[in-house]
Amino acid sequence: MREFGYERAVDVSGAVTLLDTDPDARFLGGGTNLVDLMKAGVERPARLVDVRELPLDRIESAPDGGLLIGATVTNSDLAAHPEVRRRYPALAQAVLAGASGQLRNMATVGGNLLQRTRCGYFTDVTAPCNKRLPGSGCPAIEGEHHNHAILGASEHCVATHPSDMAVALAAFDAVVSYETAHGPGELPLADFYLPVGDTPHLETALPSGALITGITLPPAPVATLSRYRKVRERASYAFAIGSIAAALDVRDGVVRDVRLAFGAVSSRPWRATAAEHALRGAPADAESFAAAADAELAAAEPLPHNGYKVTLIRNLVVAVLTELTEEAAR
Amino acid sequence: MAPAPSTYSVITLNVNGEKYTLPVDHRTTLLDALREHLDLTGSKKGCDQGQCGACTVLLDGRRAVSCLQLAVAAEGRAITTIEGVADGERLHPVQQAFLDLDGYQCGYCTPGQICSALGVIEEHAAGWPSAVTADVRPEAGTPSLSAEEIRERMSGNLCRCGAYVSIVQAVAQAAEAHTAQSHTPETHTPETHTTRTGTAEDRSAEAKEATA
Repeated sequence: MREFGYERAVDVSGAVTLLDTDPDARFLGGGTNLVDLMKAGVERPARLVDVRELPLDRIESAPDGGLLIGATVTNSDLAAHPEVRRRYPALAQAVLAGASGQLRNMATVGGNLLQRTRCGYFTDVTAPCNKRLPGSGCPAIEGEHHNHAILGASEHCVATHPSDMAVALAAFDAVVSYETAHGPGELPLADFYLPVGDTPHLETALPSGALITGITLPPAPVATLSRYRKVRERASYAFAIGSIAAALDVRDGVVRDVRLAFGAVSSRPWRATAAEHALRGAPADAESFAAAADAELAAAEPLPHNGYKVTLIRNLVVAVLTELTEEAAR
Repeated sequence: MAPAPSTYSVITLNVNGEKYTLPVDHRTTLLDALREHLDLTGSKKGCDQGQCGACTVLLDGRRAVSCLQLAVAAEGRAITTIEGVADGERLHPVQQAFLDLDGYQCGYCTPGQICSALGVIEEHAAGWPSAVTADVRPEAGTPSLSAEEIRERMSGNLCRCGAYVSIVQAVAQAAEAHTAQSHTPETHTPETHTTRTGTAEDRSAEAKEATA
């Protein structure tokens, strides 16, 4: 590991000033991903600015009925919060589906959004990787890619974003707030992650040196009937091979409103807008759900070893929306 | 461009109620500081990647993996290791339960298992749901600490000997004792050879359901 300086930020303006003056510095939250990547030599910061003790650890109800979630709220506190569990149950479920109890106690909301892919070529510094070393190539396309992207990938990178939390946030139209040395800003989650294209090393639209300060969840009555379902290769403590966050409002057998986002299928949490469009006003039955999934998955470009994800996501859409329809009828 | 920063600090760690002042290279993890600098070798290094749980300690009362925690960033926090769990010679009920029920074989993962179990019991008492909780809404109440809940909540602690069946029983017994606020931990009766259930049948049940 490269040697590094360490400073503990006491306020947001001090934190962003420190990063503004040192392009080799990184913010340290819970460290569950960054420290691991530093050990592997993937991340080599010259300085860490510890932001864990910044006063950004609150979850508050917004006047309009939404929620404001501070960037240093831990995954554990997010998933345990009564208003998260009541108003956005799929978000609590998504967070609980990720990592282990120990890691959820350490990891922060801001860090969760910025965690890096677990593609084995990205984390292996002896391998080429366009995300880690631009222009060096992508061995996954011809190699090990059974858990890589089927949507929105490019010939330069097929890695997936590993977050469960971000999938639920995408479904609920979250907005990311940040601060820089030159002022604050906001990014809807839909615009937060950049398209892969030929620049897979550029992952987010955050300005250089920006510190995520919080997430705003707009009010979403539809989210009270929501669910996160994660499929993985063992029962617990593993990254998804496919996941879904879904919310449904059904009246008289007709879909009034629906939210759908998929995880482990793209470089970003994948908001399924085509499926949502197909479903609004449609009968709430398995046939409609399958047709909506097919509408979204028409854009899928599976590789030789990850075509199963198309079937998996389709089945998840049908299964979870069917369950939510039954729950709505109770 | 900022001047090159200092790469070490003199820090004070609060471990098991004792204060230790030590110089650390910033690269030092809390696990290495405990084991190599403070000679507290109860916390074990398994994977050193946050994946096995053998290094689990409590930070401000919450379980955490000390291999991904930088020592310098742990300054100011209350650190509890396995060495600080017992009350003198009197074992903590969680330790006693692991002994009574053979919640280990080789013992290497045990300090991490016990520290993690302490966290599980507190988290459950605080009403936290888990990934296997059917209804996470607060109105649904806290689920009982069933074997399924314990397996999920303890899934960050691997046991290469495969002592999971006994570990689940030990955590269940300790949790019951905690709930009953038992003041007589020495009356625990060893329960050996209780029914063993397979651990594989629920594995990838989700996957089967979704890909069927």
